Amino acid sequence: MIKRIYQVYIGVMLLFLYAPIMVMMALSFNESPSRSYWGGFSLRWYRGLFADPHIAQALTNTLTIALLSALIATVIGTIAAVGINQLGRRTKSIVIGITNLPVFNPEIVTGVSLMLLFMFAIRVAGMGRLGYTTLLLAHISFNVPYVILSVMPRLRGLDGNLFEAAMDLGATPMQALAKVILPQIRPGIITGALLAFTLSVDDFIVSFFTTGVGVSNLSILIFSMARRGVNPRINALSTLIFLTVMVLLYLISRRDTRKERSMYDEEN
Amino acid sequence: MLKRIFVYPYILWMFLFIAAPLLIVLWFAITDTGADGQTVFTFYHVARFFRPAFAGEPFFQRLYIVVLTRSIWIAVLTTMVCFVLGYPLAYALAKFFGHRSILLFLFLVPLWMNFLLRTYAWMTILEQNGVLNALLSLVGLPTIDILFTDTAVVLGMVYNFLPFMVFPIYSVLKDMDNSVIEAAQDLGANRVQVFFRVVLPMSVPGIISGLTMVFMPSVTSFIIPNLLGGGQFILVGNLIEQQFMRVGDWHFGSAMSAILIALILLMMGFIKLIDRQPRNKDGPAEGVLY
Amino acid sequence: MKKIKFVGLLLGLGIVLALTGCNRNENIIRVFNWGNYLDESILAEFTAQTGIRVSYSTYATNEEMHTRLTAGGGGFDLVFPTDYMVERMIREDLLLPINLENIPNIRYIDQRFRGLEFDPHNVYSVPYKWGTLGILYNTAMVEALAPGMVVDSWNILWDARFGGSIFMYYSMRDAFVAPLKLLGYSINTTNPDELFAARDLLIAQRPLIRAYLGDPIKHSMIGNEAALAMVFSGCAMFTMEFNSDLNFIVPREGTNVWFDNMVIPRGARNQAGAEAFINFLSDPEIALRNTLYTGFSTTNWATFALLPEEIRNNPVYWPSDEVIDNSETQVHVGEFTATWERAWIEVLAARP
Repeated sequence: MIKRIYQVYIGVMLLFLYAPIMVMMALSFNESPSRSYWGGFSLRWYRGLFADPHIAQALTNTLTIALLSALIATVIGTIAAVGINQLGRRTKSIVIGITNLPVFNPEIVTGVSLMLLFMFAIRVAGMGRLGYTTLLLAHISFNVPYVILSVMPRLRGLDGNLFEAAMDLGATPMQALAKVILPQIRPGIITGALLAFTLSVDDFIVSFFTTGVGVSNLSILIFSMARRGVNPRINALSTLIFLTVMVLLYLISRRDTRKERSMYDEEN
Repeated sequence: MLKRIFVYPYILWMFLFIAAPLLIVLWFAITDTGADGQTVFTFYHVARFFRPAFAGEPFFQRLYIVVLTRSIWIAVLTTMVCFVLGYPLAYALAKFFGHRSILLFLFLVPLWMNFLLRTYAWMTILEQNGVLNALLSLVGLPTIDILFTDTAVVLGMVYNFLPFMVFPIYSVLKDMDNSVIEAAQDLGANRVQVFFRVVLPMSVPGIISGLTMVFMPSVTSFIIPNLLGGGQFILVGNLIEQQFMRVGDWHFGSAMSAILIALILLMMGFIKLIDRQPRNKDGPAEGVLY
Repeated sequence: MKKIKFVGLLLGLGIVLALTGCNRNENIIRVFNWGNYLDESILAEFTAQTGIRVSYSTYATNEEMHTRLTAGGGGFDLVFPTDYMVERMIREDLLLPINLENIPNIRYIDQRFRGLEFDPHNVYSVPYKWGTLGILYNTAMVEALAPGMVVDSWNILWDARFGGSIFMYYSMRDAFVAPLKLLGYSINTTNPDELFAARDLLIAQRPLIRAYLGDPIKHSMIGNEAALAMVFSGCAMFTMEFNSDLNFIVPREGTNVWFDNMVIPRGARNQAGAEAFINFLSDPEIALRNTLYTGFSTTNWATFALLPEEIRNNPVYWPSDEVIDNSETQVHVGEFTATWERAWIEVLAARP
């Protein structure tokens, strides 16, 4: 009974989350470029999309930056969280406090200050310029605190002596981390990685200021249209991305169910 | 000592990518460019935020203070709604559907679509002649007009930040030791007692992460108040964005940002005080089971 | 093991991406333009014609562009600032003089748009597009709310009969155009008393307006969400195509006429290429495609002659000389910006 109620609740929340996506998908088939005027069914934005090299380039940048930054931030963040957890109470709260600061900083301030930092480094080094690499670094840097914030709660629920016990039994710190700690905090790592990926895909302001000449991601492309009107090709693109993700999720979940079932069969 | 090895590289990273940019902000906040282009130290920009428009103007009626309190109020509302909606969601996902992690993805995928497009879509839904009102009148219900109000702003923020509440709570609830709950039940606790005395206290670390990740972006967001609030709201995020983007006064923008961070740190210290109460000195979170 | 391979693959991919696009010795120009402000299919044509590749980036506000150019290390060969920003950039010595000998198509740029206030001798800038700010109104809704009303003045935006049915443009300098013009002041005022009088008018207007919005105004007006809106002529052109009740006028008190321009920033690495691109964009056929794509008015008289008759005769697209003479172009207000800014925040923070 309770499970039923929760099922309905999850359904309602999903409806809430997907309502705007459905509107956006409907608009991608709208012949007219206005979201308030239905000009009939049309595939014109999809045709335009495939003739647009700019969008393809931005999509590639968005995906690679999001994957790479989520991955690297997850590694850095997880190791850091484990390390922080081993600190004494005082130091720990100081380090966590500093780690949280970027979460509190308005995005625009983060963006401008990272830009200034990168420009300073470039001037000191006397080489390089803003571009893909600085964009990636910026994304990693704003992702790390979110990973730590996701992993820390799991660590707090963990027995503090686990790590030491593993090392007493002859494990190196790396082994202790990989074999003992990581399996325990996996849900935290996964949520951290997912949040990091999401933040990276969604970020506009920090990206705009830390990227360089000719390197755009989708957010920059879309937000820069905010003044002169967003091209509905973007709706078409988003619809395609959305459908791709959905198909992938479906395939993965089907595979998982099959695996579960076969494991069940083996057990019996 | 060896076990701390993991933290040192991070400390280095922290100084480079967290402390350094913040020091830059602080630098701008307490300096100004003099008439001859030289940098001078001054608290002018920090003081500017609190300055009255006329002598004796009550503190909470001063322009920037009004904006700040309104931002915090909106953010508190957003965070509360996120918690009320998000906790049961995280609980349900963890307890009943923990084996189907695909569901978790379903709650994130909407956020992979561009933020601006989603916000525009909300306008299409909430407008007077929008999708929602069309549906309402279709089933004979009275129409509503909430676009460009605080309701729409909170709705937009909850929509965007809800997963940041759900995920950390989910990750602590997911592998919560069922034997603890069973033990409590064996000892005669009923469902409500088990929840409030066992489950809720154990999820506190996740809740704190969630509150942090929702509250902060809500204070400083400016695109949602612009679009769904229709400019009826000016939040601290708008102020800072305008200083950096329209006025070009980085000093004042940084000063506001620094004030905001200081304020948040104070609040965090406060939260930490509450957080520490129910736990024994350095035991794990289970310490609350008394 | 599989995971490690995956990580390696991703890292490799990242490095390849980071390296591609770096200095190959080719003829390339780096263009920084407003988003969705150019028919991008012409970029390939330019490359085919001249062999110059275009690296294209976009921005949303003049100030974003300015920040990237000054604090972000620049690296652009061509940008598209609005009038007041051109003036500011000239004053800050951020622009290079343009060699007009490389731009024979300059002869197609209308004399009306040359030698404008912000760059009196067209040393640094070539006009790209232009427009006016005015009132977009829904004839049916105006007739229903105030029968017989003629829309010809900014004061309709203060008419209580339209309470809750007015959109204002969400931009400091543009929102102030209405009250300043209504009071008979310059839109570039640096007189605090004039500015504060205008501010008080805007605050008094707050209970009447439905929202301050930017670009979304056009969709809301198409969807009959309000009777009146302050918008740019280019946006008005867009809306009138989808809602025949809509009309646009420039109020009799005058307004802001704006110009977006092509300029070459200091530090450009390919000035000749940028000039070739300016020349290309000033070609009547190319400019025609651009103006039809964006809906904003062209500065090119030869392009104007090629436009369909209904567009040429449309006063929204091509206002009369009187309208232009009666209007002002924005000038950077310098130090006084901070006062403007505070007044604007006071308007927005006032609760309706």
